[in-house]
Amino acid sequence: MDVLYFAWVRERVGLPRERVETGAATVRELVAELRAREARYDAAFADERALRVAVDQELADFDAEIAGAREVAFFPPMTGG
Amino acid sequence: MDIRVQAEPFDLGREASAFAARQKGMGAIVTFTGIVRDVAGGLDRMEIEHYPGMTERALREIAQEARTRWGLGDVLVLHRHGAMAPDEMIMMVATAAPHRKAAFEAAEFLMDYLKSRAPFWKKEHGRDGADWVAAKDEDEAALDRWTK
Repeated sequence: MDVLYFAWVRERVGLPRERVETGAATVRELVAELRAREARYDAAFADERALRVAVDQELADFDAEIAGAREVAFFPPMTGG
Repeated sequence: MDIRVQAEPFDLGREASAFAARQKGMGAIVTFTGIVRDVAGGLDRMEIEHYPGMTERALREIAQEARTRWGLGDVLVLHRHGAMAPDEMIMMVATAAPHRKAAFEAAEFLMDYLKSRAPFWKKEHGRDGADWVAAKDEDEAALDRWTK
């Protein structure tokens, strides 16, 4: 699936999107896989409460299932308007 | 419904007039405009990042909900992305309804939801460097009154 990063999450990870092959069943499992990869992911995902997630462009939570999802995005709380 | 996400500046007068001209049988139009404000002093520019695809979808859902809930005739949501100078217009919403109360309430609802549910992020570039604008607890709390 495609994993996307926005705002300071993008800056910490160091790229806007990437293709990830994963067997993770939930967002939380995907985050655990990413954090185990490298320090920059660990830094980006250190505080779950500071993050929001969207699965296939719909806001979701960290318990959301991601089997079959095309796109999972991570970002800080929104500040539009 | 008119939902637009664009980098280009917009003409508030022209947008408001065009919106008004499309309404039939409405008694009230409310427009709101958001402007880049130099809160701390020394702001060089505001940069707005968004999530293409999801942004339009989220704005459309929020606008559709407002339209249904307040029986609106029409809704306009226009939001810019990219770099903006202080005092530039970031975004506008317009609501048309048979009566003013619905038009005002729907515009406030749109703004409250847009701030916390549409994927936009602001970064302030100033003389002391650049920082992402943190979300405010009060913005999240503002949603509560619409869920009763």
